[in-house]
Amino acid sequence: MGTALAFAPIPGPVLTASGCSAFGQELEPFVDLDALGAVVTKSVQLQPRSGRPTPRMAETPSGMLNSIGLQGPGIDGLLADELPWLAQRGARALVSIAGTRVEHFAELATRLRGVPGVLGLEVNISCPNVESRGEVFACDPVAAADVVAAVREAADPAHPVFAKLSPDVTDIVSIARSVTAAGADGLSMINTLLGLVIDPDTMRPVLGGVTGGLSGPAIRPVALRCVWQVHQALPEVPVLGMGGIRTGLDALQFVLAGASAVSVGTAVFNDPSAPARVHAELADALAARGFASLRDAVGYAHR
Amino acid sequence: MTAPADRQSHAFGELLTEPAPAAVQAPVQRVVEVVGRRPVGAYVELTFAAPETAGRAVPGQFVAFAIGGRESAMLLRRSIAIAGTGDGRLTVVVAPHGPGSTWLAGLQPGATVDVVGPLGRPFPLPEPGTPALLVGGGYGAAALVGLAGALRERGSDVSAVAGAASADRLCSVDELSALAGVTVLTDDGSAGRRGWVTDAVAEQVGRVGVVYACGPMGMLRAVAELATAAGVPSYVAVEESMACGIGVCMTCVLPVVGADGRTRFSRSCTEGPVFGGDRVRFADVGTLTADVVGAAAMGVLPA
Ligand SMILES: Cc1cc2nc3c(=O)[nH]c(=O)nc-3n(C[C@H](O)[C@H](O)[C@H](O)COP(=O)(O)OP(=O)(O)OC[C@H]3O[C@@H](n4cnc5c(N)ncnc54)[C@H](O)[C@@H]3O)c2cc1C
Ligand SMILES: Cc1cc2nc3c(=O)[nH]c(=O)nc-3n(C[C@H](O)[C@H](O)[C@H](O)COP(=O)(O)O)c2cc1C
Ligand code: FES
Repeated sequence: MGTALAFAPIPGPVLTASGCSAFGQELEPFVDLDALGAVVTKSVQLQPRSGRPTPRMAETPSGMLNSIGLQGPGIDGLLADELPWLAQRGARALVSIAGTRVEHFAELATRLRGVPGVLGLEVNISCPNVESRGEVFACDPVAAADVVAAVREAADPAHPVFAKLSPDVTDIVSIARSVTAAGADGLSMINTLLGLVIDPDTMRPVLGGVTGGLSGPAIRPVALRCVWQVHQALPEVPVLGMGGIRTGLDALQFVLAGASAVSVGTAVFNDPSAPARVHAELADALAARGFASLRDAVGYAHR
Repeated sequence: MTAPADRQSHAFGELLTEPAPAAVQAPVQRVVEVVGRRPVGAYVELTFAAPETAGRAVPGQFVAFAIGGRESAMLLRRSIAIAGTGDGRLTVVVAPHGPGSTWLAGLQPGATVDVVGPLGRPFPLPEPGTPALLVGGGYGAAALVGLAGALRERGSDVSAVAGAASADRLCSVDELSALAGVTVLTDDGSAGRRGWVTDAVAEQVGRVGVVYACGPMGMLRAVAELATAAGVPSYVAVEESMACGIGVCMTCVLPVVGADGRTRFSRSCTEGPVFGGDRVRFADVGTLTADVVGAAAMGVLPA
């Protein structure tokens, strides 16, 4: 089931999802990290971040709401500790980068040039843009394109650049067109949906950050619809599909809608061996349906 | 609120504890069978045939259960302290609370459940022979039984204080009594002395060389403060809301002073649940203060 993230070949189509497997180390007892397509790292910024105060999560029907606030070691910590650890084990890292200004993203891409073990970059544009009064980059086709163009320009030419799209937009296809025109080699879809939970006892929002990102099987139909629409409009653009994938049959739906690889996120909290299990189940599901290769199944539902 | 400068000097100068070291053995994920179920007051004691999990466990560690099977709409794991191991069996005490713990407590002999563990950092053991005081609140006492045994084996004189709101919420008193002199207290006087565990801790803390506590956060804070004021090191097993239990989601953090004297949002699942009682900044749980590493990047200005 070998596949590729744009021009970068990977041994399997199942990856972790950003923010759902930290930097891979904690999954080592449960999955063979170098057999995964790649480990997608928690979004990294230029500076270390504490993240938001607790409570940071609420369970919701078939999903959860989170407001972690991108806690992480910053690029220096990533380069010093996390990436060498992954490289030593032969695991590939798709490094998720985040920032609040276009230049931050470009600087991160520059710092990651030629770093051993780095397969490519995923650009988390679901971040507030300080130059646009905090409007999220991913919701503005121009700002999103500015980030992606700057990253593509600064990044190692060997690193595919995947733009990660937010479903919280009126027309995801127009954002997809805009960022691919700006140089994105592929699209990661989808990030979480904005949600809210109120505690009926305290009668206040549960999360410290008030609103949070909704993930898990609850969002799977939305994610699948996004992948479908974008693949229909831009069939040549590689898609890394995600949103509520828990089983091989869930992953198969994303492949049939147009994804050539998938990320398993929240399901890891339920089952730390989920990435390896989903890989095996997807292989069985493809074989059972007579597909000789994963590639033959990509977008097959559009016929 | 104390000024950050005070905290720094406190943090650098006078800490009585070292951060608890990580466990030696990695966790495993297994589907295990319920072989025993026994209501104990308001709680349910469950025993599982889980030789690999039990064989690796050290006092202070916990396990994380998946709730409701493969199709469950409750995705997040429930963390439960290990109350006993032996003969390939793993025992826990569950307080039915919300939907997940109620499902767990309802498991009958013959049922199977997916469990990940042992997880978290064990209680660090003192110099052999050091007299120890163990303090358990509610079902928290269950987590101290294995510790009492380990301390006895190393020649420590062990005393224990078990407290709860009422008699039906006491736990593991018989098991602890076999290993230690136990003082029982209840808020309503329905068993033992009427009062709070802190009353007994205040009387006994001067006679011991180390204090261990497990129970509600308010109790942990009070016990840690009493121990620290008496110049006695304390280790507390905290209970923070957890989604994964294995260190990948970052939901379970609280402000903890590290070996370098700096405060970080530390994961209670992998850097805890056992922390030095004088390292947890109980007063700041649920807030972000300016001296937490990475707070500046969140837009909190240094005071
Ligand atoms: C290290 C540790 C040891 C524990 N040991 C025990 C024990 O021995 N016996 C026992 O009965 N309970 C124990 N708990 C508490 C137990 O995990 C929670 O009561 C339980 O997860 C609540 O689940 P629920 O479905 O009832 O509640 P819900 O509110 O529906 O839970 C929703 C989500 O929030 C999390 N959550 C909610 N409250 C807590 C909490 N207090 N602690 C951790 N996560 C929470 C759940 O894990 C779940 O992911 C322990 C918690 C921790 C962190
Ligand atoms: C706790 C948590 C943290 C996340 N952190 C990030 C992040 O740092 N960067 C990012 O691009 N996406 C992040 N995500 C979104 C996931 O990568 C993924 O896009 C989304 O959760 C949908 O997939 P899922 O339903 O399989 O989890 C996070 C999701 C969760 C649940
Ligand atoms: S519970 Fe997920 S990181 Fe601690």
